[in-house]
Amino acid sequence: MITLVYLARLRETLGTSGEKVEPPHEVGTVAALLAWLRTRGGAWAAELAPGRAVRVAVNYDVARPDTPVKAGDEVALFPPVTGG
Amino acid sequence: MPVRVQTGDFDVAREIAALRAGDRRVGAVAAFIGLVRDINDAAAVTTLTLEHYPGMTEKALARIVDEAKSRWSVYDALVVHRVGELKPTDQIVLVVVTGAHRGEAFAACEFIMDYLKTRAPFWKKEQTPAGERWVEARTSDDDAAARW
Repeated sequence: MITLVYLARLRETLGTSGEKVEPPHEVGTVAALLAWLRTRGGAWAAELAPGRAVRVAVNYDVARPDTPVKAGDEVALFPPVTGG
Repeated sequence: MPVRVQTGDFDVAREIAALRAGDRRVGAVAAFIGLVRDINDAAAVTTLTLEHYPGMTEKALARIVDEAKSRWSVYDALVVHRVGELKPTDQIVLVVVTGAHRGEAFAACEFIMDYLKTRAPFWKKEQTPAGERWVEARTSDDDAAARW
């Protein structure tokens, strides 16, 4: 089980602040997780489409496409940050 | 704590006094205060709502402060960032750096702000007369962070 957290604009467009998911075993990286989520279609395919500015953090650290994800992780998806 | 995220306002004089209290080595204090403006991208802003990612925010800010301390010869640093609903003229963020000399303190303070703008998980949403909108990230902020 992976805990997904959606923040800021992504929370609004996806219509949820988070969920727990059980992706197939072959989903072992951030890139694979995003690809799996895109197969849901609709807002998921649109918001997470390649080229869209989606940032990812795994267990509160900034992640890259090849960052591993595994059961028990918290994976957050969000737009580029705009604080300060 | 060198970093704090809070809904309430902060008192700049009190924060600076606390950071340098009793430290006789300090010869320079550099501070930056970010404020809510009434106009952004040609639209009047009535309310600015700041959201963050609890758990990651503090960690990201602490890492930025640690990096500043390792790059410049400064003594201490503080970051206070507000979240929630803010109004034009409200204070958003405070960065304070203490050091022996101004050059290092100025540089570390600017570095912390540039990194905060591009690496700390905060998001701004503006309420304008035409409705609400999420603030878009600026490439100029990426350029500013890349200088370091």
